[in-house]
Amino acid sequence: MPEVAIRATGIVKWFGQGEARTQALKAVSLDAYLGEMLYIVGPSGSGKTTLLSVLSGILRPDSGSVSVEGADIWNLGNDKLADFRLHKIGFVFQDYHLFPRLTTAENVAVPLILKRMDWGAAIVEAKKYLEIVGLKGRADLPPVKLSGGEQQRVAIARAIAGQPDILIMDEPTASLDGDTGHSVVGFVKNNILNEKRCILIVTHDDRINEFATRILKMEDGRLTGYEKGGAE
Amino acid sequence: MKGILKLAYKLLVNDKAKFTALLVGITFAVFLMVQMLSMFAGILKRASATVFNLDASMWIMDPAVQTVANTIGIPDYLLDATRSIQGVNYAVPIYSGGALVKLADGAYQAVNVVGLDDTSLFGRPQLIQGKIEDIYGENAFIVVKDPEFPKMGNPRVGTEFELNEHRGVVVGIANVASAGLFGVPTLYTTYERALQYIPNPRFTISFVLVQPKSPADVPHIKQEVQALGYLALTKYEFVDRISAFYKYQTGVGMNILIMTVMSFVVGLSISGQTFYTFVLENLEKFGALKAMGAKSGELILMILFQASFTSLTGYGLGIGLCAVLVTLAKLKLPDYASVITFWNLAIAFVMVVIIAAVSCYFGVRKVLRIEPFDIFRG
Repeated sequence: MPEVAIRATGIVKWFGQGEARTQALKAVSLDAYLGEMLYIVGPSGSGKTTLLSVLSGILRPDSGSVSVEGADIWNLGNDKLADFRLHKIGFVFQDYHLFPRLTTAENVAVPLILKRMDWGAAIVEAKKYLEIVGLKGRADLPPVKLSGGEQQRVAIARAIAGQPDILIMDEPTASLDGDTGHSVVGFVKNNILNEKRCILIVTHDDRINEFATRILKMEDGRLTGYEKGGAE
Repeated sequence: MKGILKLAYKLLVNDKAKFTALLVGITFAVFLMVQMLSMFAGILKRASATVFNLDASMWIMDPAVQTVANTIGIPDYLLDATRSIQGVNYAVPIYSGGALVKLADGAYQAVNVVGLDDTSLFGRPQLIQGKIEDIYGENAFIVVKDPEFPKMGNPRVGTEFELNEHRGVVVGIANVASAGLFGVPTLYTTYERALQYIPNPRFTISFVLVQPKSPADVPHIKQEVQALGYLALTKYEFVDRISAFYKYQTGVGMNILIMTVMSFVVGLSISGQTFYTFVLENLEKFGALKAMGAKSGELILMILFQASFTSLTGYGLGIGLCAVLVTLAKLKLPDYASVITFWNLAIAFVMVVIIAAVSCYFGVRKVLRIEPFDIFRG
């Protein structure tokens, strides 16, 4: 039985006030395991990104709990929660959010610097991760000089540089053409996923379904079933 | 922590256009502020030039006197009475007044005449040509070589002129600590000769200069002089009195203050707005940092560092620019009264700190409000 990386229980989240108040998550529960690549799919507005945000400790739910290593992350104070994100979670944002004024290596080094690593050591370490994502020799270029696929790889290198247990990827193929998106996610599956890491992906793109361990469907704030790997 | 500051530094300086705009704004504001303040300091210093040049420890005057330029004669008995006060080491009379001299070419030139005590020559200037004892010679005057010196026709030792139809001879050229404010040359002579050459009212002593035996005697001397109906001030009290007159009883202080405040407002608006725009443009990046695990305190530190670094660099550049321009201006314009004092630098520094703090405040507020979820949601 694989170890649970993250467990969500009865997550409820409301947005807005008064008549505009809507329920984005309706008592969502799920387990994500180490060693799996879990997709959450569904139409726009179904609550995928909200769920991912609650799971990763950046959006506080109105009720429910999110447990990592047996402790509810939403019982942590703001600074402890930031530490949790820094040490346990790696983010690949939809628009990458790379720093255009920093070099590629400096971008990848950011989580290491936040972890108080010395600047020089962080850059050396960052170059190793750039090599892992196949961007050796691009370390001193600014991100704007890279293609979309390469920028996505820089974002992945940055996300894994802090050696997180859980990698969160929001629409990783949204800004890429079909082939590049396929190749990036395949690369993540083959090179980044391991038995000590869980990868959570929110996507609309069914061309990358082949890489998923499980695919959870979401509609109107609820998990409605499995598209793939729902045996358990 | 050093890594986070370096990250903040790189995010700031690598955005060359914004960083340059920020620096130009602060440099310009500091330059204007220091320029205004140093001009004011220069004017005030020149207004007290006679006090600095004569360098007496205490000055006794009529209570209505506000500056050295507007003297009210005090009676001779006050000199004797002062000499009789316990704690007075010595006391000497000084004459200071305006006159017109007729130069060799027939032109008239307004001058300030300082008459030194005949016996002691207390307050005599440092001679660069001639001998001080020649001041006792017939018709002898010493001319101060300050920016107004050429108005006397660049005299040399032996040059003659007329003062109230009396013959005057230059017997020495002197240096003084500070040039005067009113743009007229200064002549030194003996007290008695000054009285002979310049028509005077009944009371002829402009000030009594006092050297107390010790600083502890100053309060007693002041008390005794006050009992006689006159005012005794230490050198720096007199300088403060003169400064207060120009600050509060002429338009100079208010005008300089308005110009300084305007410079501050210009600097604040340029720098504050540019820094705020810089933060706004990087807001998503700060949000991404927050999502990645940066604590609010670390983001505040980054913004504080960016604002402080920009402000202090701009401060240094502004001071440097001001110093260079003041130096160049003084080379070309001898009358240019501008002195960069530590007070000027301190006031400009405080204003720069305020600019940095205000710029920071709005940036920090914005960054603290950004939710990582907003970044995630795109």
